[in-house]
Parts: sequence; C-alpha cells; structure tokens
Amino acid sequence: MVLIYIDQADQEIKKASLEAISYGAALAKQLGTAAEGLLLGTVADDLSSLGKYGITKVHHVKDIALNHFDAKVQASVAADAAKQLGATVIVFAHNVNGRAMAPAVAVKLGAGIVTGASALPTTDNGFVVTKTVFSGKAFAAIQIDSPIKVIAINQNSFGIQTGEGTAAVADLAITVPSPSIKITSIEKVKGEIPLTEANLVVSGGRGLKGPENWGILLDLAKALGASTACSRPVSDADWRPHHEHVGQTGFQIAPNLYIAIGISGAIQHLAGVNRSKTIVVINKDPEAPFFKAADYGVVGDAFEVVPALTAAVLKSKAGA
Amino acid sequence: MKVLVCISKTPDTTAKIAFTEGNTKFDENGVQWIINPYDEWYSLVKAIELKEKDPSIIIHLVTVGGADAEPIIRKALALGGDEAIRINNTSNDSLVVAQEIAAIAKEGAYDIIFTGKETIDYNSACIGSMLCALLDQSYIAAAISFDLNGNTAIVKREIEGGEETCEANLPIIVSCQKGMAEQRIPNMRGIMAARTKPLKVVEASVNNAQTQIKQFELPAAKSGVKLVDPANMDELVRLLKEEAKVI
Repeated sequence: MVLIYIDQADQEIKKASLEAISYGAALAKQLGTAAEGLLLGTVADDLSSLGKYGITKVHHVKDIALNHFDAKVQASVAADAAKQLGATVIVFAHNVNGRAMAPAVAVKLGAGIVTGASALPTTDNGFVVTKTVFSGKAFAAIQIDSPIKVIAINQNSFGIQTGEGTAAVADLAITVPSPSIKITSIEKVKGEIPLTEANLVVSGGRGLKGPENWGILLDLAKALGASTACSRPVSDADWRPHHEHVGQTGFQIAPNLYIAIGISGAIQHLAGVNRSKTIVVINKDPEAPFFKAADYGVVGDAFEVVPALTAAVLKSKAGA
Repeated sequence: MKVLVCISKTPDTTAKIAFTEGNTKFDENGVQWIINPYDEWYSLVKAIELKEKDPSIIIHLVTVGGADAEPIIRKALALGGDEAIRINNTSNDSLVVAQEIAAIAKEGAYDIIFTGKETIDYNSACIGSMLCALLDQSYIAAAISFDLNGNTAIVKREIEGGEETCEANLPIIVSCQKGMAEQRIPNMRGIMAARTKPLKVVEASVNNAQTQIKQFELPAAKSGVKLVDPANMDELVRLLKEEAKVI
C-alpha cells in the first residue's frame, strides 16, 4: 500500500499535499496496490472528499496535540502508522514540514529515501526515482534498494489530478509522544499566498532602482493575482523583506508563471526559479543572461512595459 | 556547552554542471569547491556568534568525506570553531552520512547540532531530520533565528506563509537557512589559527546505503526565448493565455 502523508496547518490541508496525494495515487496504480492517506491532527476540511484525488481511505490520528508541527513527534506517529498499516511506500510533499519529517520517518522504517522527486518512479528494473539536483540544474535517477521506500515530491512538479471518488475515513489509534518543542508564537504574512505555494509570481530586481518604484510591480501582481518575490541584492538592501528572496540561498520556487522584472538572471538566481513552468523576462538589457532561460522576453524599460502589461492583463480579464 | 556544526563540501554556486562516465559521475574538472553556503553562512556563523557571546562554548566541526574535503574544513576552521573531525567516508547516501555524524554526536554529547537547510549539490535536506530519529532529539528545520536562554533554545522557523517561534530544551538539532546569521569572510588571523587547530580523522564505520545514483541528466535546453514587442503587451497576455496557458 502507498501511504500519503497529508500535511495541514491552521485546520487546512495544504495544497502541496493534494499534489502528493495525486502522485501517490498514480504510483499505487502503477504498482497495482491501494493508495491511502494519513492525516495527523484535526482539520475543518471534509476528509472523504480527498477521494477525488485518488485515495480510497484516510487514516486519521485525531489528536489535537498534532495540530502543532513537532518534527520528532510527527515522525514518530507517522512511522508507527506506516508500520501498523503495512505501507510499502510513504509519500510526502517536499514542503517545509515534509523536509523536516520525511527523512526521520525513513530512518525509523529502515527505508531508503529520495527527497525532491520530480516524476513518478520507474519500476520495471528496480525502483528508480528521478529527483532534481544541483539546485534544479540537473536531474539524478536514484535507485532505492530497501523494501520500504520514502519519496518526497517537489512542489508543482506532478500537478494536482482531480477525478471522481470518495475516501473512507477511519480513526487510527497511535500513541502520541509528549511534545519536544513548544510553539510560542505564529506570524503569518497577511493576505498573501505563500510564495512556495503560488501559481503566479512577479519578481523584481535591481533594475527597478529602489523600493519606492515597487508600485508598478505590485499593481501587476494584483492584476494577475500573483505573489511577489525579489532577487538577492534587493532583499540584502532591504528594499523588500527577506521572505521574498528567491534564489540559490533564498527560496526555491516552481510556479506556473514567473515574471522577472529588472533581474539580470545570475546563475544563483536561476537556481531558485528554474523549475518554473513558464518564465517571462522583462529587462532593458538585451544581453541579460536571464533571456537564455526565458520562454518569453520583453526588451524594454520596465517603467513603461510593466504598467502596459498590467493594463493588458486587466483589459483581458475584463473581456473574459 | 558544546556545539557541533555539520560541514559539507559542494561545488561553487557558479560551477558548470556536467557529468562523465556515461552520465554517472559529476564532472569535477575545473570545479571550485566551497563550504556548502547554508553550512557556512548560516550554521557555522551562528555557532560563532553564540561563542562570541559565551566564550565557554566549544565548537566542533564535522564533515563526512575524503581527504579532498580537508581544505574545506580548514577554511571553515578559519572562520571559527575549536576543532574539526573528518569522517573518512565518501558515500553520498544521506543515511550513511547521517549515521556517521550520529556516531560522533553520541560520543561528543553535544548540546546543539547545526546543519544547513540542505546542500546545494544533492538538495536532499535529510541530515538534520535523520539525526532527529537517530539521536531521538528535538529537531527544528528551516530556522531563521536562534537564541539561547540558559538551557532553552528560542528558535524562529519558516512555515508556509510566515514564521513560527518555538522553544525547546537542549539538546537540539537545528537546520539553518537565510536569516540566521550574516556571511563573514575569514581574516588572516583566523586563517593562521586554522592551520594549527586539531583536525581528527575518523575511519568510516557505516556502509549500509539504501540508495544508489544510477544516472544524471541535464534538463532539456529551452527552445529559445520568444521576444515580444514592448509596445504590444496585449500580445504577451495572449501568449500567456493561449500558448503557455498559465493565466
């Protein structure tokens, strides 16, 4: 059986988990086995509706203490559940919590693990999972030799597959160890889609010349319903907050659309965004290296092009 | 108080990524090696900051790798740290690496273990979490700040769409990312001092890899950028809608 860990926060199932469920369901089909979900803690969502992503059952460890993420506790409960349910493959989203707990679960199960998987495994000759390496600059096909396997799937690499179906929901009794950490405060960035979960991202670099010029970028993001990001020099100069920095040493993202405005495209920046499906580069320098990695390019002055693009987006939305 | 900082050797961020031997090995030809940036800028410098506040803190560095990792660990010692341990195991299986570090960690009874969020070569982000299971200690991943209050660690971590502040009693394992500390450059005094700091080599003791790399592959080259006239943004919107189908 393929068991998918369903990550949640604030009573809501995370988008990355819906993708992990879709991936786990496709893998189970490939292996000729069942796909089931594991949820720790409580959520407001209707669990039976998760069946439409391809799982037949949700095992629910309904302990409210699990609503706060504690890697040591979560890993212990998930590993015990996997053992009790006889799971042979455990799938996680390679998001913040998946990264924190999946390797610990693998250790507890004596399982080989591949994190950052970018596709379904090939299973005709060994169990081989392809993952991104060198910050998205290459792929590696990795064979897992152990009988039990753990995979953490990169966000936005497989997609959410929706079909028909309802999942049975069953309570699962697992002993929850006492917490090892205490969460004292949570600060959410209000009203914004988390950058790592965003489908559309508009990002600015030094070409915008100063934080006072960010209005045109924010207008475009608003018109598109996109999240905002920036390059490292911009966050280092405190023009924009650190949590917007994408790149090798910032956040690595893989949205459907990444619009880079006034970013030259240094290799370290590309490492954070090269898994984006479509890249648009707006830069007045036709020699900017980013154009080589782009799908669409506009050579022009951002201060003219960006407001024009915003107007075109609004016009298109009004017409649709 | 004792702090263990895990150090990994990685290719420079600008290194050309290529493969040899039928795409089964990373091509090291002409590659500059660096301390994995997450290990250096964030975890090592954080440990140094703690020691600057409390000089009684002892910092040990550990790396798992061949003799070719020694210039990297010396460079780390030039930034700070009292002594280093190299475990002579060249495996790139995360579990093997984590078990080697866990053996050192058990022997050294460290109060804090810092790792980078991930390495920039294999991007596996496994070591901290695996140490959590192997040592049965608390683990906070993706930390963006770290302070001590007696025997309690106060750690801010990234969550999707925000930040969370946690408290945990020592011992603790923490993986570090941007925000933890600011990058430093080793000075001449540090470089001189690093030459005489102890660097102990421990022979490999683990060989139970569960994974093996079969093949590397480079991503397919982009078919080439399609340039859009800056005076015609309606066309760009049309392309994004009808061709790329992303808006």
